[in-house]
Amino acid sequence: MANTYSALRLLREAMRGHKGWGQAWRSPKPKSEYDVLIIGAGGHGLATAYYLAKKHGVTRVAVIEKGWLGGGNTGRNTTAIRSNYYYPESAALYDFSVRLYEGLSRELNYNVMFSQRGMLVLSHSEPEMELAARTVNAMLINGTDAELVGPERVRELAPILNFRPDARFPIHGGVFQARGGTGRHDAVAWGYARAADALGVDIIQQCEVTNFLIEGGVCKGVETTHGTIRAGKVGAAVAGHSSVLAKLGGYKVPIHSYALQAFVSEPLKPVIDTVAFSPAYGAYFSQSDKGGLVIGGGLDRVPSYGQRGNLPMQENVIGGLVEFAPALAKVKLLRHWGGIVDVTPDSSPLIGPSGVDGIYLNCGWGTGGFKAIPAGGYLFAHLLATGSHHEISRPFDPDRFRTGFLIDEGAASGIAH
Amino acid sequence: MQRFPCPFCGLRDEREFHYAGELGKTRPATFTKVSDKEWRDYLYAYRNEKGAAEEVWVHLTCREMFVMCRDTVTMEVIETRALRKEVSS
Repeated sequence: MANTYSALRLLREAMRGHKGWGQAWRSPKPKSEYDVLIIGAGGHGLATAYYLAKKHGVTRVAVIEKGWLGGGNTGRNTTAIRSNYYYPESAALYDFSVRLYEGLSRELNYNVMFSQRGMLVLSHSEPEMELAARTVNAMLINGTDAELVGPERVRELAPILNFRPDARFPIHGGVFQARGGTGRHDAVAWGYARAADALGVDIIQQCEVTNFLIEGGVCKGVETTHGTIRAGKVGAAVAGHSSVLAKLGGYKVPIHSYALQAFVSEPLKPVIDTVAFSPAYGAYFSQSDKGGLVIGGGLDRVPSYGQRGNLPMQENVIGGLVEFAPALAKVKLLRHWGGIVDVTPDSSPLIGPSGVDGIYLNCGWGTGGFKAIPAGGYLFAHLLATGSHHEISRPFDPDRFRTGFLIDEGAASGIAH
Repeated sequence: MQRFPCPFCGLRDEREFHYAGELGKTRPATFTKVSDKEWRDYLYAYRNEKGAAEEVWVHLTCREMFVMCRDTVTMEVIETRALRKEVSS
């Protein structure tokens, strides 16, 4: 990369009034044809383009985006990264992602601020502690790190929480994954965009797909607001709008779209240095480097494409948080937003052929797409470049809804999805 | 809170309602062999409409199922109607 970022470079540019940085990526006009065209310049689409170029030498790649890159769910999440899953297939997928995140800032020469501050999932009764022990055992067998913690250890990890014996849900302990944490969501999109662009990938923003170009039953490209773009293969990584594309392409997806809300508070002095999550209260939070509390909860109750939140779930999440950490009751919210997530019946993603020749899918990540960006991109690139699954992505082929081999991770986030 | 019109009880708080599924699915007849693909389409293929959608809802307090047509972007309710058929006298 000619335009490498480093401490030395920062010093040099500081002396020159920061006038020599140059652009991080180009804004090219679309060519008439590409080997691979990816729809959606979110984290997954950009990561796919990067790994196509980097690992497979496929550089005639375009990523097209109807808005701006990283402007969808990639820029609208709570930035948690974790791999505390139960089933071996999921553990292999999400732990692969955490491992890629661990080396990502160096690989992309872009600070994605992956902070392994740990992820704490609380248990509020003795039966929940037994389930926590089962989860920890499964995680350890799957090769993921996990620690079963009691109330004293929870108090060390997150003293801000409600330890009163008369709490609505008293804290009995929980599952702690020390390698989990948070990342800078925008930086993940920007880092992949910059690295992919440097390898020759065209990122075309404000270019919306209006139709697929189907010739003899095979997809040969797309019609867009910038004209026809032909492609050898088309990959769709559009999250909440996967069903809209499916309708255009004439294939079916097992997806319901829901709004998922999140909240950020005014900046505070440090009060928590891990990600604390209580399934019983239906809320989780962490604190950003700027001091804002980043707060999340469950899906809205009603399927929707409205990119804003609804009141019932706001009450649930904020009410839960106030009992979970009562000291935060008077903290003011600064922002609140909603993104449209693509939820599958088994809460596991779809990676594989769409059913129409030439169109491939990377979607269905539901509420947990951000943490999976590096793995989703890596595995989707493998599929697009070689035409066959990587062994990690094979169980997530959409054909599982025909065979019945579902990977039911409905409980993995601990919140009813 | 938003209020939804139950065809039987009138306007009620949205938290009293439960989304049950998309309208118009017919369970495959099991007199004959049903293929895995047919089961998949029945169980798991959703239209997931952006914009106008026709859905089956339950009003949890009166236990009646009914049809709601709504806009999935604006959340506007276009129409609700009962699922039960009128008995001809």
